[in-house]
Amino acid sequence: MAEGPRSFSGPGPKAALPLLLFLAGGFLAPLLAVIAYSFMPPRTFGLSHQPGLANYVEIFTSNTYIALYWSLLFAVMTVVVLAVVCYPIAYGMWRVFGRWAPVITLLFTIPLFVSENVRLYGWVLFFIKNGVLLGTLKSTFGLDLESWLFTRPMVLLGMAYVYLPFMLFPMSLGVAMVPRDLCEAARDLGATRWQLFREVELPLAMPGIVIGMLLTFVLAVGAIAEAKVLGGQVIIPIAHDIEIAFTYAQNWPLGAALAVLLMLIVGALVLLVLRRFDLDAILGRR
Amino acid sequence: MTAPSPILELRDVTKSFGRFTAVDRISLSIAEGEFFTIVGPSGSGKTTMIRMLAGMEAPTSGDILLHGNRINDVPANRRPTCMVFQSLALFPHRTVGENIEFPLKMRGVDPAVRRKRAMDLLEQLRLPANYYGKSVLKCSGGERQRVALARALSFDPEILFFDEPLSAIDYKLRKTLEKELKDIHRETGKTFVYITHSLEEAMVMSDRIGVLRGGHFVQVGTPQEIYTRPRNKFVSEFMGDVNVLRVSAAADGTLEAEGVAGRIRPPDLPTGFSEGWLIIRPEFLGFAGDGAIYDNTVAGTLYNEYVLGSRIQYQVRVGEHVFTVERLRQQAVSQALDTEVTVGWNAGDGIVVVD
Repeated sequence: MAEGPRSFSGPGPKAALPLLLFLAGGFLAPLLAVIAYSFMPPRTFGLSHQPGLANYVEIFTSNTYIALYWSLLFAVMTVVVLAVVCYPIAYGMWRVFGRWAPVITLLFTIPLFVSENVRLYGWVLFFIKNGVLLGTLKSTFGLDLESWLFTRPMVLLGMAYVYLPFMLFPMSLGVAMVPRDLCEAARDLGATRWQLFREVELPLAMPGIVIGMLLTFVLAVGAIAEAKVLGGQVIIPIAHDIEIAFTYAQNWPLGAALAVLLMLIVGALVLLVLRRFDLDAILGRR
Repeated sequence: MTAPSPILELRDVTKSFGRFTAVDRISLSIAEGEFFTIVGPSGSGKTTMIRMLAGMEAPTSGDILLHGNRINDVPANRRPTCMVFQSLALFPHRTVGENIEFPLKMRGVDPAVRRKRAMDLLEQLRLPANYYGKSVLKCSGGERQRVALARALSFDPEILFFDEPLSAIDYKLRKTLEKELKDIHRETGKTFVYITHSLEEAMVMSDRIGVLRGGHFVQVGTPQEIYTRPRNKFVSEFMGDVNVLRVSAAADGTLEAEGVAGRIRPPDLPTGFSEGWLIIRPEFLGFAGDGAIYDNTVAGTLYNEYVLGSRIQYQVRVGEHVFTVERLRQQAVSQALDTEVTVGWNAGDGIVVVD
């Protein structure tokens, strides 16, 4: 890690000042507002009330942990599925396109120009009874299968689909960081294909892989539309509870407390991973 | 130095990339324990050749034999050979010790045995024992060279290949490492195959040198042979500063040189020689009046002088030619620039080649 600035009067900090102000206004202030709201009495709309822990008490005495469990479980599963799916893609693209692979990987982000809900409803049309898949099977082969929509695997599929670019791009950067002559040297020194992967390719691509995993995890924990559209509420993620609290239930302080709690849990997990995988150590800058 | 049993043999080996032929029907045999160097300019096919020998490329046609067995299709990881890369290709995420032990780890060697071997190699390569746990990224250029060599030696391969590992190193350290490498070759008795673009580097280390150009060997021989009997102008010029004159045979058995007045008494000429090149090394040239008697003399103007430490180099303009003369410091001439000098050499010190 770079050393911190020794003084705050140099040209560096001065140049960074506009950005710091922007971050303070656009990022820190809303965050502080959310934290402040979480200590307000339930169902109030101002910040001038006597602060208390009523919302947190309510969360810990209710069954909110179920939603939290689903969110974390599906986020972890999404990360695992994407790691397994994206590595071969990233590796193959690197072998075919070389240095240009990360640029070409950006093409995978083109679907992001279309609204997530629209893309998910596309999947609904594909999987729905008498839809693209089942309708075709029925009319061509006479197979009349039950639809897989509104099941948990379908939620996982939706999440893996939506967050794929966020895993693939950092991962392809990571894979492209592995010098080819190191792979050739490892082979020449007697490594089998599997040993080459385990001893050289994977550890050297790790910074990209870890960043991809963290990014997809953080995004997937906040996922809401997949469970709604493809899962038909078969699971209720925590983000759904937060949305309900802010909208239908009109209980901002409770929603704020849920959001703060989620932030703390995700933040702690991310810190834990970053300590386990010290990016500098992975890169060899010990 | 040709031992009876060749360890490595190439028979009509060709490698083409599309329409481009990088290596063109090369046959060669390398003896066990030999230090063989392939020298050539960039694009001569030397990298392609060593990659084929190491098993990273397959020949388009022809055979590569190790101990008489065809190894064309044996992948690099199953050959008893090892390559030291130009980039060295040390694993940046591993320590010096882990790098050296890598080939042994891949072969499932017991950790204690591996460690012992790594420590022995550190000692052999004059690296301190506490480097075992050091990150390779914290090692200097010369230390990295030694780590790469230790790693290559650790699994006791029969042949070591070197792909210009010294090209990115500064002159002084390179000179030291060249000698160290030759020492290591003596100590281990292994077969070394080295590629470089510097004939000078090749001369220092090699038992035999193959000069490569356009995918062919122009000449294969000992450093002595390459130096004293270059087969053509290309080989002689590859060594550095040489004086080259375009010459043709005169009726009386002497030579006529383009742009130089008078006849030149030649060395022994190839039979049926009519025209070609006369090559004279700078150290065989002297000045008239320095005490020696020369068979051939030409008059010119002293243009400039360069002090090269123990030697001094002079540039003499003769007509449209510039002669390079190299004398030992003790034989320096005290003559002002732009004055007349007469350059001389003995007939036997010239080399005549056809192409």
